[in-house]
Amino acid sequence: MPRLSYRRALTRALADELAHDEAVFLLGEDIQVGASLVTTGLAKRFGTERVRDTPLSEQAFTSFATGAALAGLRPVIEFQIPSLLFLVFEQIVNHAHKFPLMTGGQCRVPVTYLVPGSGSRTGWAGQHSDHPYSLFAHVGVVTVVPATPADAYGLLVTAIRHDDPVVVFAPAPAMDVRDDVDDLAPVPLGRGRIHRNGCDVTVVAIGHLVHDALAVAEEMADQVSVEVFDPRTLYPFDIDGLVESVTRTGRLVVFDDGNRSCGMAAEIIASVVERVRLLAPPRRVTRPDGAVLPFAPALDRAVQPGRDHLVTAIHLTVKDSS
Amino acid sequence: MTDADRVRLYRTVRLIRRFEERAVELVHGGQIVGGIHPYLGQEGVAAGVCAALGADDVLAGTHRGHGHVLARGADPARMLAELCGRVTGLNAGRGGSMHAADLSIGVLGANAIVGASGAIITGAVWARRRQGHDTVGVSFFGDGAVNEGMLLEAFNLAALWRVPVLFVCENNGYATTMPVAGAVAGSIAGRAAAFDIPAVEVDGQDPETVRAAAAAAVDRMRAGGGPELIEARTYRFDAHHTFEHAVRLDYRPPDEVTRGRARDPVDIQGSRLADADRAAVNAEVEATVDAAVRFALDSPEPDPADALAYLYASGLTVRTGGG
Ligand SMILES: Cc1ncc(C[n+]2csc(CCOP(=O)(O)OP(=O)(O)O)c2C)c(N)n1
Ligand SMILES: [Mg+2]
Repeated sequence: MPRLSYRRALTRALADELAHDEAVFLLGEDIQVGASLVTTGLAKRFGTERVRDTPLSEQAFTSFATGAALAGLRPVIEFQIPSLLFLVFEQIVNHAHKFPLMTGGQCRVPVTYLVPGSGSRTGWAGQHSDHPYSLFAHVGVVTVVPATPADAYGLLVTAIRHDDPVVVFAPAPAMDVRDDVDDLAPVPLGRGRIHRNGCDVTVVAIGHLVHDALAVAEEMADQVSVEVFDPRTLYPFDIDGLVESVTRTGRLVVFDDGNRSCGMAAEIIASVVERVRLLAPPRRVTRPDGAVLPFAPALDRAVQPGRDHLVTAIHLTVKDSS
Repeated sequence: MTDADRVRLYRTVRLIRRFEERAVELVHGGQIVGGIHPYLGQEGVAAGVCAALGADDVLAGTHRGHGHVLARGADPARMLAELCGRVTGLNAGRGGSMHAADLSIGVLGANAIVGASGAIITGAVWARRRQGHDTVGVSFFGDGAVNEGMLLEAFNLAALWRVPVLFVCENNGYATTMPVAGAVAGSIAGRAAAFDIPAVEVDGQDPETVRAAAAAAVDRMRAGGGPELIEARTYRFDAHHTFEHAVRLDYRPPDEVTRGRARDPVDIQGSRLADADRAAVNAEVEATVDAAVRFALDSPEPDPADALAYLYASGLTVRTGGG
């Protein structure tokens, strides 16, 4: 079985889609050389017309992609830094996302916004460490956060083939995860995945936190049986899949690398408690409200949701209902 | 410029003029909600530029966008139905005045975000050319947009990648109430010069002058040239937005308005026609606009149950907002 890294899975997905569909092309900063180590080799194989280095003009090239999509192509944009999404939120939301409705269904805007290395990269501080996926879920842009190499491949392929804009967050701590992968295949949007079965509590973990949740579940196995649910797509969210899990376990903890207020965890909890009567109050482990990641490594870690926080939350949830 | 071109140009400016006058009445009558940004006074720019385009070309406009859509040849009846929020509208009542679009004729939409159209058109033209079309594009924007970074980035991208986009700045002297002199350091043409984009300033009140400048630019672009810019000096005859009809804002000196309105593109072009030809066009336009008003007002309103139809091209359905 071939070992595949998350990063190479993204490369494979891009290469396969470039090969599969002439309409696909890539735009981004330093992608011909492959500074992010994701687009490595693609310019050589597919040419610099289809693997295009852009000037540092995020707003223009984001809307350039919208125009190209309106004209029938399938652009993929690589953003160097997650925080650049704040710069192009306008172009994605006001134009790419709104065009189909505003035109009364006259068009589609199939653009993929790929963010390799989202969240903290450790030591990159305030303007390089955001994880703003809840913003896109809030405005209704399809948002995926794959945790594993197979899902990174499958969700990126699906995103590129999807007829609406999709933001793909590839969390920095997941980029070097390796896995044995047999077949690479598209993964449907809006379908979660249970990585580990359990019967006492469902932990919803997003992106790289899936791996931390699995480690915690293993550690606590002699005390509590933890089910780990990976939504994979944050919008649209697999609420039916999660409700099925929580209906069995009766308890819910959400492990989310976003800010607390108006974050994904809040939305996930609300969506579950609308439908399920839990045995204990749900809990969430998140970044603090309004977090700005400080530079010093100990501070950077202190602001991110960690395994210890998750252990505590699981204990409290179980205790609350006993 | 043949006689037929001359008459056609007159028909376009006259159509936009009468369409807008009727639309303002419909705003006052409550049939158009939310008001409009009338294109009155600027008709020569849209008419002149669109007369220079071919069937494969694309354009994107602004919040003051009715003229661009009509000059490109959209059905006035469906356009007016759109302003009235009817299902028969160009956008099925989902866009309204500021988002009217007709992709079937290359109108990628009016756009309510100032400075947004340049990059979108640049991408669309680049994509169509990649697919083998001989497309050129037009990005219309106002004098207010030349201070938007996103537009200046688009100038750079279009020039760098030699994408044939005609950037048309409709300089009507004001961005809402802000005069150009209070907002623009340097000059509009100077912004183009910074990117080696050829720029000309033309009298936007003369449709034939605009057409000639646009046609020359389009010819050069089709022959392999990069983007160009036309600054059309024009004047808006009416309010920035019809809300000013209810709330008087004092920012344009009355004698300036009088002078501005004296150079009327409809009269300038009309005076080039024989009286009988002009009268015939006027009658035909009147009938077209009358029919458009009837069509719009007789058309059904959309069903609120379908309020979020078309939200996703992929057909994704969403949760409703109720309890
Ligand atoms: C980015 C942006 N900023 C502000 C506004 C609000 N606004 C709408 S029209 C307008 C003035 C635009 O002036 P100009 O570009 O000269 O066009 P004109 O209205 O004169 O046709 C403003 C400020 C907006 N729609 N978009
Ligand atoms: Mg203006």
